[in-house]
Amino acid sequence: MNNDFEPIIIGFTCNWCSYRAADLAGTSRMKYPPNIRLIRLMCSGRLDPTFVFKALANGADGVMITGCHPGECHYLEQNYKALRRFHLMRRTLQGLGLEPARVRLVWASAAEGAKFAQEVTSFVEEIRALGPLHWGKAGKQSSVTSDQSTEHSSLMTDHSPKEVPA
Amino acid sequence: MTSGNGHKPNVEERIGVYVCHCGSNIAGVVDVQQVAEWAALRLKHRGVVIGRDYKFMCSSLGQELIEKDIKELGLTRVVVAACSPHLHEKTFRTACERAGLNPFLCELVSIREQVSWVHTDKVAATSKAKAVVSGGIERVLHHEPLEPMRVPIHPATLVVGGGIAGIQAALEIANAGYHVYLVEREPSIGGHMAQFDKTFPTLDCAACILTPRMVEAGTHPHITLLTHSNVEKVEGFVGNFNVTIRKKARKVNVDLCTGCGICQEKCPKKVVDEVYEAGLGYRKAIYTPFAQAVPKYPVMDVANCTYFEKGTCKACEKFCPTNAIDFKQEDEVITVDVGNIILATGYDIFDARKVTNYGYGRLANVFTSLELERLTNAAGPTNGQIVLRDGKTIPKAVGVVHCVGSRDRNFNNYCSVICCMQSLKFAHLVHERTGAIVYNFYIDMRTPFKDYDEFYQRVMEEGTLFVRGKVAEVTDAARLPGEEGKLIIQVEDTLAGKQRRIPVDMVILSVGLEPRKDSKEVAKQFGISCSTNGWFTERHPKLDPVATMTEGIYIAGCAQGPKDIPATVVQGAAASARVLGKIQQKEIELEPVRASINEAQCSGCRICNNLCPFNAILFHEDSKVSEINPALCQGCGTCVAACPAGAISGTGFSNEQIFAQIEGLLLLNVGEEVPA
Repeated sequence: MNNDFEPIIIGFTCNWCSYRAADLAGTSRMKYPPNIRLIRLMCSGRLDPTFVFKALANGADGVMITGCHPGECHYLEQNYKALRRFHLMRRTLQGLGLEPARVRLVWASAAEGAKFAQEVTSFVEEIRALGPLHWGKAGKQSSVTSDQSTEHSSLMTDHSPKEVPA
Repeated sequence: MTSGNGHKPNVEERIGVYVCHCGSNIAGVVDVQQVAEWAALRLKHRGVVIGRDYKFMCSSLGQELIEKDIKELGLTRVVVAACSPHLHEKTFRTACERAGLNPFLCELVSIREQVSWVHTDKVAATSKAKAVVSGGIERVLHHEPLEPMRVPIHPATLVVGGGIAGIQAALEIANAGYHVYLVEREPSIGGHMAQFDKTFPTLDCAACILTPRMVEAGTHPHITLLTHSNVEKVEGFVGNFNVTIRKKARKVNVDLCTGCGICQEKCPKKVVDEVYEAGLGYRKAIYTPFAQAVPKYPVMDVANCTYFEKGTCKACEKFCPTNAIDFKQEDEVITVDVGNIILATGYDIFDARKVTNYGYGRLANVFTSLELERLTNAAGPTNGQIVLRDGKTIPKAVGVVHCVGSRDRNFNNYCSVICCMQSLKFAHLVHERTGAIVYNFYIDMRTPFKDYDEFYQRVMEEGTLFVRGKVAEVTDAARLPGEEGKLIIQVEDTLAGKQRRIPVDMVILSVGLEPRKDSKEVAKQFGISCSTNGWFTERHPKLDPVATMTEGIYIAGCAQGPKDIPATVVQGAAASARVLGKIQQKEIELEPVRASINEAQCSGCRICNNLCPFNAILFHEDSKVSEINPALCQGCGTCVAACPAGAISGTGFSNEQIFAQIEGLLLLNVGEEVPA
């Protein structure tokens, strides 16, 4: 494994809790690695599993899904729907030959900036340990995706943000 | 870049990118100039026509910069990279609107809270800022011009709960000239406050200050009082709620009844009054809970009425001078239209039986605080005599135990707020009326707010003894001389650092407050959320304490959390002020983040129907397709994600927008951006 490997993580956040937790982490000047890039949804219930697959297919090494704690959903109970989809997604990933650990679900309330920062930090380390998502190798068995993914993996060989020039 | 679903290959839009320095808040970590230049140069083919960086984008000069570019360069989309959208999204949308661009064609991406403030590596932070900007650019390409929805506000208000919070709220709104439906499930308004004798710290009589308010609410031309009634169904949305209320049969015709009370006098059936008298006194099977009840009309307790049990009696009917008794009266179901709803449903008291080591329910002379309120009340079962359970013995030594069921991991972690002051009040009243020695057992003494600590000082000076420690046990098992026939309080005196056994005649458990047993069902019925305990959740714990996450529904009083009477009244008034503000607006603007169904693509599978927590999705039986009521939809997007046919789209958060943002965020990684 490349020691310089810097994982890229896409984070889906809920407008009402975890996005605000991310804001709070910022306001409190907590530090976490720059490997995560966030997308704001109105609710974790909005998370279409294809978002996760799209992110992984386009170069992300991991996806973090965040939502309100059970019982605290702004839309009453939609985070439970996210939870159900999350379990299905992990099984699907396993079926595709990917480590289910590449997708993590985190509950973070608007008050939990520290938790958000800590979860991002530990997730980045977990993905770093898993290594880059060699989508191409996984895709070789499937002719449908092989073209795209071979090209993809070659493009991905060097994607440390530090090495991206200005 | 691989061509994804969200990718728009032919870009005709003209995008302006504005990167904010935020003084040194962003520029200290992110090379903002580099980000702006990079976007203008490298993302030209994505429609970027101008990239600028500026010291403070939110300043009027910064905003003018955007406005000028929109007009002069003909921008059709704007991306601002600055702080969190929760701070300045509205600022930049408004700036766009001023320049003639639809405000929803502006995207604010956060490079402060989510980049410069949380990262230290400048190169990595700059690189991430570029990715974030790129995500915003791809996303904004898929934005559509939107118009906020406007809905009218019905001027009437529903207040649920007729305690002091609900009464206060109802009076404020009614006095402003708008109609209020005040619903109370008990036969009279007044709530817990009507059961109390004295109120801390001034010791004014609860009835003396409450009953004038009750009468005012009962006779107010703008208040429809619906006591002995329950809310059965709530439909609609802010400004336009339709509420179904069941008026339970009183078996008394209120048009004929004069409230003379002869029926109560003549009724032969005595029933233990578990509600108003806390089980210490009796009422009849036809009754008003207390003398000053509003309304004055009695209700018949059908479950305990001899006529309904055995088919004979009808004493009340025989003696009623106005023939107001109506054994055949049925429940009445009415519907009302209201624009706003205030929930002031109050609290239940903690069941002291759960703390088995304190012996409540087993040891006769262990009382709860609510029982003591009734004992001290001049209108109570003992006419205000503080006596033991036998009804005659005056106690010589009394122990008041604080924090029963509160601040206790076994029961409730929270502080019930009122117990310290309530316990001090009991210490004063017991001492004053019986001359007994009073011990207060406390963990920490909490007497904040106006004149509270002075009251504590006063009670100390009156000779009440304070023992700091959590009571371990209350027992009648005497071990030492002088303990026979007494209740012994076993406690660790943490200030003296030793175990103590204190014999007393009476123990008062200052029980905590709990959410109503049915608070979670009520929350669900009205579409608001509550904490895991069951307290209703406010929109913001500090800045929006009486609004809820559901527009048009407000909360007041102890339903939101334990609080004393002054705080409850403040919340009742605050909620009414919020409602009056809404009524004055006459119509309300709703954020146009909504889902809609493409009828042609809908297969009628109905998967979405049950997913919606707001019942916004209707199924048309005739055409076999579902439709979303845009006024009910709150825009969570769960149905969008669930639709197997992809027939549902969500404005502001469409699949295309999210896919495009994913692509944009990962642009640097997939090689689209070739090193310069």
